[in-house]
Amino acid sequence: MATNTSSGTQVPSKGGFPAFRVETYGSQLLWLAIAFGLLYYLMSRHIAPRIGGILEDRASRIASDLAAAQTMKAEADAATASYEKSLAEARANAQAIAAETKAKITAEADAERKTLEAKLAADLSTAEATIAKARESAMGNVRSIAVETAQAIVERLAGASAEASRVEAAVDAALKR
Amino acid sequence: MADPIKQFELVHLVPLKIGGADFGFTNSSLHMFIAVGVTAAFLLLSTSGRRLVPTRMQSMAELAYEFVAGTVRQTTGKEGMKFFPLVFSLFMFVLFGNLIGMIPGAFTVTSHIIVTAALAMLVITTVIVYGIMKHGTHWFALFAPSGLPKAILPVIVVIEVISFLSRPISLSLRLFGNMTAGHIALKVFAGFVTAMAGAGVLGMMGATLPVLMITALTALELLVAVLQAYVFTILTCIYLNDALHPGHH
Repeated sequence: MATNTSSGTQVPSKGGFPAFRVETYGSQLLWLAIAFGLLYYLMSRHIAPRIGGILEDRASRIASDLAAAQTMKAEADAATASYEKSLAEARANAQAIAAETKAKITAEADAERKTLEAKLAADLSTAEATIAKARESAMGNVRSIAVETAQAIVERLAGASAEASRVEAAVDAALKR
Repeated sequence: MADPIKQFELVHLVPLKIGGADFGFTNSSLHMFIAVGVTAAFLLLSTSGRRLVPTRMQSMAELAYEFVAGTVRQTTGKEGMKFFPLVFSLFMFVLFGNLIGMIPGAFTVTSHIIVTAALAMLVITTVIVYGIMKHGTHWFALFAPSGLPKAILPVIVVIEVISFLSRPISLSLRLFGNMTAGHIALKVFAGFVTAMAGAGVLGMMGATLPVLMITALTALELLVAVLQAYVFTILTCIYLNDALHPGHH
């Protein structure tokens, strides 16, 4: 949609559609060759190598960064693995120590319990013996008191002293009942 | 109504005669240099920083580069990249030749058949010269596909030769025709506007219709300008592929 308002003289021609005027082709071809030649020179010498270089630099930078990231990830993975290994070892160690300690404590407690039980059993039998003795002597005292009391009762009631052997026999019979 | 053909007229800016023949510097020549200048300025200035993280303009230059490089790689393979400066030059020259022509008052370089024909002949000459240089006489196997019965071979060879020879013609006519037709259509509708607007109030109201039409056509022409540059480029790549791999056809 161009209007040729620009100053200049129209190319002399025999008329007809402008694009089909053969007499203009020489000038068109000459200046096209110069203009396009210049563009091709700039393109092959400056533009294409420069942009190609920029893109290549970026690609190689990205590749190297990715490689670095890869190695770092591998390192991190190795560190994680070793950390987990040491953690498992520590855990196993701790469990062994706990089991050992538990066994030791149980054994100690058992031993203490046994000595305590033995001591208690001994104490118990001693106490039982003492009780038995005390009971026997107490029972003996009861007989003599009963005999004396019976004699005193008989003397007061009957007014005569009772024969000791008879009273003893009677008390023994009463105690047995 | 203005003559829709006048926009294609060549005007001498600097007359020059060599041996009686006319080699004057015309408005067309000027616009060729503008296209080259805009291309070079766009691609060189935007990339002068060579930034790892590109600026917007550098990103656009890289996009253009990657777009053409991708087309070349896809159609001709990696070895076709030796033609990359040629293909990229053709693409940018045709693209800016077309786009600059869309500016009102500017001249459309690609609306002249001799310009598009010269570019097409450059491509075909490259194909023939490089093909014969690289493959010698084997390159002519392009015209005789293998695995054909001998009886129909002469017919096929004739068809292949004609199809090969018609390539530069179709390549140049397609671009020339698209540009010329589009610009004539725009000019015709613009003529309607002035003609109707001169016919009173009713005519002025009616003139809005061709204005709308011009708006739509301008959008279409912008699309055509870019599309034809791409078509020219991809066909160039396909033809160059024949120079590189005459057997795979």
